[in-house]
Amino acid sequence: MTLAAEPVAPSSSALDAERPTIAFGTARDYYELLKPRVMQLVIFTALVGMLTAPGPINPIIGFASLLAIAVGAGASGCLNMWYDAGIDALMTRTSKRPIPAGSIQPGEALAFGMTLSIGSVLFLGLIANWYAAAFLAFTIFFYVVIYTMWLKHWTAQNIVIGGAAGAFPPMIGYMAITGSFNLESFLYFLLIFVWTPPHFWALALVKSHEYARAGVPMLPVVAGPDATRAQILWYALALIPVGMAPALLSGAGYFYLVVATVFGLVLAALAYDLYRKREGDAARKAAFRLFGTSILYLFGLFGARLVEQLLPLLPWSLLK
Amino acid sequence: MSAEHYPEIPQLTAEEIKRRNARSRALGLFLGALVILFFVVTIAKLGGNVLNRPL
Repeated sequence: MTLAAEPVAPSSSALDAERPTIAFGTARDYYELLKPRVMQLVIFTALVGMLTAPGPINPIIGFASLLAIAVGAGASGCLNMWYDAGIDALMTRTSKRPIPAGSIQPGEALAFGMTLSIGSVLFLGLIANWYAAAFLAFTIFFYVVIYTMWLKHWTAQNIVIGGAAGAFPPMIGYMAITGSFNLESFLYFLLIFVWTPPHFWALALVKSHEYARAGVPMLPVVAGPDATRAQILWYALALIPVGMAPALLSGAGYFYLVVATVFGLVLAALAYDLYRKREGDAARKAAFRLFGTSILYLFGLFGARLVEQLLPLLPWSLLK
Repeated sequence: MSAEHYPEIPQLTAEEIKRRNARSRALGLFLGALVILFFVVTIAKLGGNVLNRPL
C-alpha cells in the first residue's frame, strides 16, 4: 500500500462538484467582509471618544488601540455576514457580498471573523487595558449574538436595541485611554443609539419588499410604511436635544453646539418631508435623502467635536 | 489502497492560481505589518524603562 498516490485527473463533472469547496477570495474580498464603511464610522467615533479623554495620549498606543477597535468592529461585521449569508443572497443591496457571491466560503469567513475577534480583544487588552478589551468583546458578542442571531430575526425593534453595538465605540475609545467612562462618552453613545433607527428605517422603507422576502421583520414590513415614517419623525425630533447634550451637559463647545443644532434641525425637516411624502417617486427620494443626510449628520457632529479637540494642538494655537 | 479511494483534486485554472498567489502575498504583507506593529507597540509600552535595569 502506498499513501503517495498520483493525483487523479478529475473529470469536468468532478471539477464542478469539487469547485464549490474551494474559494479564491482576494484580499479585497476579505476586506469587504469587514464592512469597511461601518468601520470608518467606528474609527471616527472611537477617535473622538479617545481625544475627549483628559491628559496626553501616546500616539502609538492611541493608534494601536484605534486599530484594535476598528478590527474588532470589522470582525463582528464579518461574523454577521457569515451568519446572514442566506438573507444577503436574497437582497439586491447585499447579494454581491463575498459569501453570497461565492468568492469566500462561509467557513473561511467564520474562521477569519473569530480570529480577528479574539486577536483584537487580546491586543487591546495588552496595549491599553482589560476594561476596554472586555467592552470590545461585549460589543462583538452583542452585535453577533444578540443582534444578528436573535433580534434581527425576531422583532421589529431589532435595529433599535441592536443599534447599541454601533454606539459603543466612543465609550470604548475613551475607556482605552482612561480605563473608565465619563458622561460625555456616554452622551455620544446615546447620540448614535438614537440616530440609528431613523437612519436604518429610511433605507428599510425603500427596501421593505426585499426585507419581507428575506423574512426579516423590519418595522416597515411589520408595522407598515406610515407607522415607520411617524417613528422616524419622533426619533429625528428626539435627536435634536440628544445631539446638543454633549455641549449643554458636558465638555463639547459652542462650535459643536451650533453644528449639532443646525444639523439636527435639517434632519428633522427631512424626516418631516418623508412623513408628508408617502407615495411614488417623491417618497422614495425623500427616504434616500434622509438616509444620505443622516450619514452626513453623524460625521458632521463628530467632525465638529474633533475640530474642537484638535484646534488647540495646531502650531499657531501654541503661539498664544 | 488504490488511487480511486483518494478524493479528487480539482485542477486550478490560471486565473485561480493568480488569485491564490495574490492572496498569499497579501497575507505575507499583513503578517509583516503585524510584526512591525507588535515591535513598535512593545517599544512604546516599555518606553525609557527598557534600559533601566541592573547589570
